[in-house]
Amino acid sequence: MTAAITPALALAVPGLGALLVGLTGRWPKLRETVTLVTALATFAVVASLAPGVLQGERPAVDLVEEVPGIRLALVVEPLGMIYALIASFLWIFNSIYSFGYLRANREHKQTRYYTCFAVAIASALGIAFSANLFTLFLFYEALTFSTFPLVAHKETPEAIRAGRIYLGILVFTSTCLMLLAIIWTYAVTGTVDFREGGILEGKVTPAVAAVLLVLFVLGTGKAAVMPLHFWLPAAMVAPTPVSALLHAVAVVKAGVFIVLKIAVFTVGVDFISRERLGDALCWLAGGTVIVASLVALTKDNLKARLAYSTVSQLSYIVLAAVMGSRLGIVGGSLHIAMHAFGKITLFFCAGAIYTAHHLTEVSDMRGIGRVMPVTTACFLVGALSVIGLPPLGGAWSKWFLGLAALEADRIALLGVFLVSSLLNVAYLLPIAIRGFIDEPTHAVLRGGVQEAPLACVLPIVVTAAGCLVLFVYPELVFQFSNQILR
Amino acid sequence: MIAPHLPALIVVVPLVAGLVALFLGRGHLPWLLTLLVTWAVFALSATLLGRVLVAGAPPVEYAMGSWPAPWGIVYRVDAVNAFVLTIVSGIAAVCAVFARLSVAAEIPAERWRFFYSAWLLCLTGLLGITITGDAFNLYVLLEIASLSTYTLVALGVQKDRRALTAAFRYLILGTVGATFLLLGIGHLYMKTGTLNMVDLADRLAGLQSDRVVLTAFALIVTGLGLKVALFPLHMWLPNAYTYAPSVVTAFLAATATKVGAYMTFRFLFTVFGLRVTFDFLSADVFLIGFSCLAILVASVLAIRQNNIKRLLAYSSVAQIGYIMLGLGLHNHASVTGAVVHVFNHAVMKGGLFLALGAVVYRLGGATIGELRGLGRRMPLTAAAIVVGGMGLVGVPATAGFISKWYLVAGCLHGDAWPLAVVILVGSILALLYVWRVVEALYFAVPENPSLPVREAPLALLVPTWVLIGASLYFGLHATFTVATAKAAAVALGVGE
Amino acid sequence: MEWFLQYHYNYLIYVVLMMIGLYGATAKPNLVKKVIALGMFQTAVFLFYISMAVKKGGTAPIYWEALREGQPYTNPLPHVLILTAIVVSVSTTAVALALVIAIKKEFGTVEADELGEFEEL
Repeated sequence: MTAAITPALALAVPGLGALLVGLTGRWPKLRETVTLVTALATFAVVASLAPGVLQGERPAVDLVEEVPGIRLALVVEPLGMIYALIASFLWIFNSIYSFGYLRANREHKQTRYYTCFAVAIASALGIAFSANLFTLFLFYEALTFSTFPLVAHKETPEAIRAGRIYLGILVFTSTCLMLLAIIWTYAVTGTVDFREGGILEGKVTPAVAAVLLVLFVLGTGKAAVMPLHFWLPAAMVAPTPVSALLHAVAVVKAGVFIVLKIAVFTVGVDFISRERLGDALCWLAGGTVIVASLVALTKDNLKARLAYSTVSQLSYIVLAAVMGSRLGIVGGSLHIAMHAFGKITLFFCAGAIYTAHHLTEVSDMRGIGRVMPVTTACFLVGALSVIGLPPLGGAWSKWFLGLAALEADRIALLGVFLVSSLLNVAYLLPIAIRGFIDEPTHAVLRGGVQEAPLACVLPIVVTAAGCLVLFVYPELVFQFSNQILR
Repeated sequence: MIAPHLPALIVVVPLVAGLVALFLGRGHLPWLLTLLVTWAVFALSATLLGRVLVAGAPPVEYAMGSWPAPWGIVYRVDAVNAFVLTIVSGIAAVCAVFARLSVAAEIPAERWRFFYSAWLLCLTGLLGITITGDAFNLYVLLEIASLSTYTLVALGVQKDRRALTAAFRYLILGTVGATFLLLGIGHLYMKTGTLNMVDLADRLAGLQSDRVVLTAFALIVTGLGLKVALFPLHMWLPNAYTYAPSVVTAFLAATATKVGAYMTFRFLFTVFGLRVTFDFLSADVFLIGFSCLAILVASVLAIRQNNIKRLLAYSSVAQIGYIMLGLGLHNHASVTGAVVHVFNHAVMKGGLFLALGAVVYRLGGATIGELRGLGRRMPLTAAAIVVGGMGLVGVPATAGFISKWYLVAGCLHGDAWPLAVVILVGSILALLYVWRVVEALYFAVPENPSLPVREAPLALLVPTWVLIGASLYFGLHATFTVATAKAAAVALGVGE
Repeated sequence: MEWFLQYHYNYLIYVVLMMIGLYGATAKPNLVKKVIALGMFQTAVFLFYISMAVKKGGTAPIYWEALREGQPYTNPLPHVLILTAIVVSVSTTAVALALVIAIKKEFGTVEADELGEFEEL
């Protein structure tokens, strides 16, 4: 009985936290304590679900009957578990990092910031545990709207314009493409539930299924498949902890998580593989991987470079979903976790560099390693993980993705992965290496060692360490990945 | 004793009260009477709805003055009009609570009793249109509602004298519309010799190619088009909504066009019947065409407005397009969507206009400039505007989403996916105009920061949040509204 | 055609009157003229209703003697309906004129094109 309401509790805790943060806004210390406690509690609740899920339990909660035949319902399954664990775990460190970052940069309206953050996490968990497309769409939109105030946080005309692009693209794609696909699915199958093996097979022709898959994938604007990616670089005006959340954890991972979930539970992996439904999307996502990497090379702004890197990495997971391979689902779900740890480290580093020395351009960061050795070392670790080199977590997911490409008989995709990894090396490694080797060119880097505040450095070290841990203990994630398809 | 006369009481009580209100002097007594009467009527309507919704129950019939049909006037209540009755009286009841302060601020005291009298007569008319089963009676009640509406709109003169010209324009177009309807009904009578809607439906069934019937159809559809403000016959609506007293705008936006939509349903589906309307006359082609234009053009026009009342007025024109689109598609899902949208839009728009009424109460106006930075100064009112606006966009967990879901499903059932795209693009356009308001509320500095602005009083906030809360509740738990709308669709002859 | 003109000319007249009324109500700039035209428009419809009730040589249905002799009678119902409609029309005119007076007081004119500058569309 108690276990049955836990998924709802996982949403309720951050929801309640948001309320408390709003009420304690007048006392910053108390507000931050509440945020941290909420984050810890949320992770504890989510983590408490994990052992049961591994043993094959699928705790489900029926919240309310929306309309006749469609219920707002939650269910916990391994894929959602991975995403929920990552999001709630990294929220803890993102919160600590936020305390340091927002204080050091004297940001305004911090109460709104923490409130929206908590709501966003609640929405992300809602997406993770949604039992049908209806519930999923509800939380997807909630995530979009709750993160708008975070993107437009600075309230400068530039920030508001970026916020409009962010909201415009995400709502446009979700409404005009994803919702259309959901209602279409409902119209032809009479259900919106997630079922193992998918619900479309036998109900629609392969051609319609392929169209639906395209609508679903492009409609998930958060997955940032080109040409619908440009909200992501635009949203870069947000404070860095937000970028870390947006571009590494909750938002973009929500996108690719949904793509995986729909591939597994709505369309069905076997259906995709047999009828090769994902051919068009393989081209699109494969192109995104390469093109976004090339664009990242040209960016001098560190956050912009990381944003394009994210666009590229997200399409790995989209490829994993649409190439029609069971191994791909394993690799894709692993990559959600591995990339999250790597990329959040990189964003944290970018924010730390900004906080300590107000540098944003890569060309100004030569010699940064002498001034911020810890940060730069962690940057190196994060970069290596994203590239996919041992002994870091990213190696495992790329390994499985490569195997999946072979299993799906798509050698070209293997090439895409390899070329993209080389490009990753080209745009990420020089930052760290030059940081250590080159003489500082920028005036502010001439002083002695000066790291960002401890609240910023600590999370960086933890997430960087996470990349290492995930290499040594990949089963932390793998045991879930392995159970997605039974 | 009351139970058998329930249908009559729904019309008679506000009618008598409307006359009594005139003699209650200059204080708040007329308001008190209005409040009591509207809530009583709401209770009656809800009872009636409960009675009709019992599975397998026949429509409730009531012969006025015990004259049986088809000679006498008969009230006939099925799931469709019981639902609309409840919507209209419910909105009126909530607005009546709001009215005391809002009217006191916008209308001079010596006119209050006229205001409430006109209000009650308008309510009488709207309820009467909905409940009656007699075509000519419908016309008379339509004119009662319309004439009192012109008066109500014109009473906004204290705030802005353009209320007068708006009311005049509305009067001309409204009367032209009603007269077209009268003429159409005359043609029907000429051909069939009856005015009873059920009788009409029976006798018209075999007459689809008759020229008199076709003329009647054209006249009635034109008249109804004017009354519901179906694009491009919407020209009277934006000004009337903009300059009417705030509470009147809320009431009209939530009920008058909805009753118009109900009349359209009744005439096209019941009186002429699906076969004549759609199979023979292909009325769906122009209904759908104009609806799409309404959704797209009116939404684009709404984006450009600076007066928020006018912005929402154009949004209403677009939303009427959604209702008419569902009607035009005439399959079970789409009609369910249209009927449920009648309810959902009434709740959302009513709530939004009430919230604007609260803004007007504090600031004297509701332009985008006056809304700047209001999120901090009137947080609850601003939040109501945001939630209501989200409903217009059709964000999940708001009532608007439920309507959108069924309308899009209706399009897909009718194999008309381009129409589904129109609906979805329409919600993006809605996002554009709603977002302008949201940005002004939360991401802009006030024009006049030194001006002391406090949160609206509870007497305004509570009714606003009742409607806004309802729009949330019926977005999360829409089984009741959807089930009722499905029953209504079946009553209109569109089964699953 | 000739037959139609001979026996149904009143329908023709109602259409003509109605069109004049519709034109005047929408196109005339003077508000009073609009009201007059609106009255014409409505009156035309009354004419239509009355026309359809008429029976050649018909008597009122209350003359029992005539009825008993088999004389046809005129349908009373449209007349009753039109009595109601006339009341509606008169009320409409009253409200309209009241509005015109108020407009004259507020704006100092009853010409739509002069009022146009106050309106915002």
